[in-house]
Amino acid sequence: MSNIDQSRRNFLKTGGLLALGSTLPISLVELAFAESSQNFTFAYISDAHIQHIKGNRFVRNWDMGLRRAVAEANLLTPKPDFVMFGGDLAQLGSKEELDHGAEIMSALKHPVKYVMGEHDYYLDLGAYWEKLFGPQYYSFEHKGVHFVVLNSIRTYDDWTHKRWPTAEQRMLEMAGLDNPNGSPFMVGDEQRKWLKEDLAKVAKTTPIVVFSHSPLQKIYKGWNFWTEDAEQIQALLKPFKKVSVIYGHVHQIQYNQIGNISFNSVMATAWPWPYPQSYAQAEQYLPKLTVPMNRADPFFERDATGWQFINVANGNVDVNFTLYNNSDRTVRFDTVKKQPRDQAYQDEKARINPQRHY
Amino acid sequence: MTSLKTIMLTLALGALPLVSSADEFTPEDEQRWQQQFMDVVKQGRELWTSPTLGSNGVACAQCHPNAANTHPETYPKFQKQIGKVIPLWEMINWCLRNPLEGTPLAADDPKMIAMQAYVTYERRGVKLEPGKH
Repeated sequence: MSNIDQSRRNFLKTGGLLALGSTLPISLVELAFAESSQNFTFAYISDAHIQHIKGNRFVRNWDMGLRRAVAEANLLTPKPDFVMFGGDLAQLGSKEELDHGAEIMSALKHPVKYVMGEHDYYLDLGAYWEKLFGPQYYSFEHKGVHFVVLNSIRTYDDWTHKRWPTAEQRMLEMAGLDNPNGSPFMVGDEQRKWLKEDLAKVAKTTPIVVFSHSPLQKIYKGWNFWTEDAEQIQALLKPFKKVSVIYGHVHQIQYNQIGNISFNSVMATAWPWPYPQSYAQAEQYLPKLTVPMNRADPFFERDATGWQFINVANGNVDVNFTLYNNSDRTVRFDTVKKQPRDQAYQDEKARINPQRHY
Repeated sequence: MTSLKTIMLTLALGALPLVSSADEFTPEDEQRWQQQFMDVVKQGRELWTSPTLGSNGVACAQCHPNAANTHPETYPKFQKQIGKVIPLWEMINWCLRNPLEGTPLAADDPKMIAMQAYVTYERRGVKLEPGKH
């Protein structure tokens, strides 16, 4: 079925974590490397939405989701080269939330890189986040792959700077997904100019992986599953042979192929979102390739949430989704069809009932 | 005796003001009733998008934007973990108790009615499928 070998033996080898492990139904994952030593893996955790209540109290549910992802990512063998965090570490961008999230993330035994989410940004426009995690957009090289990290959740300057009486109000307005007072996400001129210059230095045959929070494609504007300047960014990525975009924000599995660009979303550790077509009153454009996740069971608080480890094989990205209450899913790049493919459910005939409940 | 009763009854009826019969409501009536309904829907959306019903700052809309994935058109239905057929308001109470860490509402609480009005309004036009999973 997939190259994931769930193994208890390995788990026992990591005896040091037994104290934590004994309370978590941990599934250990081993990657079978098919070919070249060039392959490497990284883990991806996203959308923790750490939410401050008062004093030293935080919403337990969201804390537990992130703690569990961190604990399990620490148990990966072989070890991932690094961990990406895909944005929305905080719920309302406060120092308390960012600090508490950073504290939980500090238990990771791997280097971590961060993407900016709207819930991290719209209180102080990323000032405190920058102090903790560094620049809002940047690029880096790793084993022959060029990685780009964008802040894709900016919006029109008027909305950001002139519309709201307080920063708190601005944050609250952007925190609601279905808020008519919201404003569409975009990367914006400044970063697109930077991206153009950054990519100019990269050979066209170098595999490119772009990390963003919003999808870099237009799916459903009402919930900001959307990037206003998506086409312009796609155009900048067009000259390259292998491009993958990995985005958060949507709290569900999505994947797509537009020309040379593969798109994969990542899941949230906090809570799952419905697929937009379950909102009966609006047109939306879920990528045709996407096989929906199973309908979340509200009685299991971790259902339909999880994290993922990503295998970069030959410059293409295979995403292995570790779901907490369902079978794991693997979306692998199909080199013949030149598009991502769900290894278990892609065929219409392979779908199961809970995937049709939207 | 009978005739006296009839006279009394006639007098009593005569004393009543004129009432319109059932087939005499007007477009204005309909508009007013629709307005009443939409006011309640609006109250429902306000409750749905605010953390006031819980104790931890979580709002219904956090997981259910536009009340999506609540499927009011499938209730009453069997909820396997509760082990019986329940109406929508009981499921809402489950959410108030658990993710929102709040206090459940009575079935006829105006807030509960408002939330059900909002949820159902967001699913208008969808086929009724009671019991569906």
